[in-house]
Amino acid sequence: MTTTTRPHPTRRLILQGAASVALLGLGNLPLAPARAAANDKYPEEAFRQKSEADAIKSLYGKTAEPSDKVKLDAPEIAENGGVVPISVTTTLDKVTSISLFVAENPNALAASYRIPDGTIPAVANRLKMARTTKLTAIVEADGKLYSATKEVKVTVGGCGG
Amino acid sequence: MASSIRVRATSSGDITEVQALIQHPMDTGLVKDSKGELIPAHFIQQLRFECNGKDVFVADWGTAVSKDPYVKFSFKGAKKGDEIKISWTDNKGGSDTTTAKIA
Repeated sequence: MTTTTRPHPTRRLILQGAASVALLGLGNLPLAPARAAANDKYPEEAFRQKSEADAIKSLYGKTAEPSDKVKLDAPEIAENGGVVPISVTTTLDKVTSISLFVAENPNALAASYRIPDGTIPAVANRLKMARTTKLTAIVEADGKLYSATKEVKVTVGGCGG
Repeated sequence: MASSIRVRATSSGDITEVQALIQHPMDTGLVKDSKGELIPAHFIQQLRFECNGKDVFVADWGTAVSKDPYVKFSFKGAKKGDEIKISWTDNKGGSDTTTAKIA
């Protein structure tokens, strides 16, 4: 019969519960607007997007403007879509990241490179392309996005199936 | 086991050029094997290059990066003999790390 001597034990528990829920709610809030490109985490969500526009939105949260200061180098015709050599260079200042999108791949975002201070804003790699499609390079410089595109003809697709 | 990462880092003046070649299947999860069963996706998600305790290049990759990936970049501020640390992690929790001296 000891419990009955304490006043309203359940009421106190409920209040405590409510308070901790409120705290958790507040704690989660600042995480929501954090953009994948701005922090150190792998941008899983952006890589899952199907279309190029959705992937750019998910990765950067803004749109890019075409710029002749971004140079995208890729073959006119790729015989093997499984291995297409692609390189991006730019003369822009304060570059923080370079990303590559293949419009007609099952998932448009192919690769995203973070360029810390002191690293030359240029990258070369090899990508898979499902079919003849538009290739887009996006350079993030001084908080803005600049893009270059190029059409690559693919004779044998590189995504299987 | 031999490392899955092959790196060449060469310095010229203030600029160090790094080339890396990694052995990895980079399966997309869309290709079927000879029995007609889908090969599950298996690809490197993050590749990180560090030099003198600082990130010099970080790559986030999807399945569209070719099998046995290759990447090339350059950075400033290192000299001959400095060590570069290269590490990757894939979507199945696999990882590998190696170091290379700048030549």
